[in-house]
Amino acid sequence: MEAEAAKYIGAGLATLGMIGAGIGVGTIFSGFLQGATRNPSAAGGQFTNLILGAALTEALGILAFVLGLLILFS
Amino acid sequence: MASPMHQFEIQPVLTLPTVNVPGIGAIDLSINNSIMSMLIAAALIVAFFTIATAKSAVVPGRLQVMAEGIFSYIDDLVTGIIGHEGRTFFPYVFTVFLFVLAMNFLGLFLMFTSTSQLAVTATLGGMTILLVLLIGFIRNGANMYKLFVPAGVPWYMLILVTPIEFISFLLRPVTLALRLFGNMLGGHVALKVFAGFVVSLSALAATGGIATLGYAGAALSLGGVVALTALEFLVAFLQAFVFAVLTCVYLNDVVNLGHHH
Repeated sequence: MEAEAAKYIGAGLATLGMIGAGIGVGTIFSGFLQGATRNPSAAGGQFTNLILGAALTEALGILAFVLGLLILFS
Repeated sequence: MASPMHQFEIQPVLTLPTVNVPGIGAIDLSINNSIMSMLIAAALIVAFFTIATAKSAVVPGRLQVMAEGIFSYIDDLVTGIIGHEGRTFFPYVFTVFLFVLAMNFLGLFLMFTSTSQLAVTATLGGMTILLVLLIGFIRNGANMYKLFVPAGVPWYMLILVTPIEFISFLLRPVTLALRLFGNMLGGHVALKVFAGFVVSLSALAATGGIATLGYAGAALSLGGVVALTALEFLVAFLQAFVFAVLTCVYLNDVVNLGHHH
C-alpha cells in the first residue's frame, strides 16, 4: 500500500473517535430533556450545567478531529 | 473545486518593518488577515458599547437594553458559578467572552475567522490558565496541592485520583484551545465543502443529458449551506459562552478551594 493512501485511511479512522462524543452529547441532552419535561420550572437553572457537560464531552470528539487533521497535514 | 482549507491561509495585509527588542530579538510587526480581523473585532466591541452607553437613560433605549442585557447575562453567570467574589473576575470573563464572540461572528460575515487559528485560541487558553494559576497561588499559597487531593477521599484512592486530577488540570488549557479551534475550523470547512458541491454539481449539470439531474443535488446542497450557516451562528455564540463558563469554573476551583458552596 502506498504511504499516501495509508495516511488518508488513518485520518479517516482517527475521526471514528467522534462516535463516542456523539453518543455522550446525545445522552446529556436526553437526560436534560427527561428532567426538564418532568420538572420544567427547574430546567432554566440547569442550562449552564447542560452546556458545560456538552462542551466537556465534545472536547474529546474535537481531539479526534484534530488528530485526523494532524495525520492529514503533517 | 477550491480547497476548503484555503480560507484559513494567513496572508499579509500591511507589511511593517521588523523591530528589534533587546533581550527578545526581532519581532515582525506586519499585519496579516488574522490580526486585521482581530483588530476589527476589538474595534467593533468598543464602538458598540461606546454608542450604546453614550446617551444612557433611566428608561433605556434599544441599544442600551442590548448592552445591559449582555452585561447582566455574564454578570449572573460569573456570580452564579464563583459566588459573591465573582465580581472581581467579571472584567476578564466579560472581555474574553465578547472578544471570542466578536471574532466568531466576524468569521460568518465574510471576514477571516481568527478563532480558527490555533495560535489565537491557544493564547486565549494559556492566558486563562495563567490567570487561574496566579490567583490560585496568591490566594492559597502552598495549599494549592488541595486542588489535586480532594477532601474526604481515603488514602489508597488518592494514589489513583491524584495523578488523574493532575493530568486533567494539565489538559485544561489544551482542551480550552482545541475546543474553540476545532469547532470553528470544522464548521467553516463543512460550509465550504457544501458550497463547493453547489458549484461542481451545477457545472456537471450544465453538460446536459442525464447529468441535468445534478441541478437537484446543487439545490439540496444550497439548502444545506443555508441550514449550516444558521447552525454556525448558534455554534459561534455557544462556543464563546462555553469559553466564558469554563473560565468561571476553573477560576472557581482556585478561588473557593477547599470550601465548596
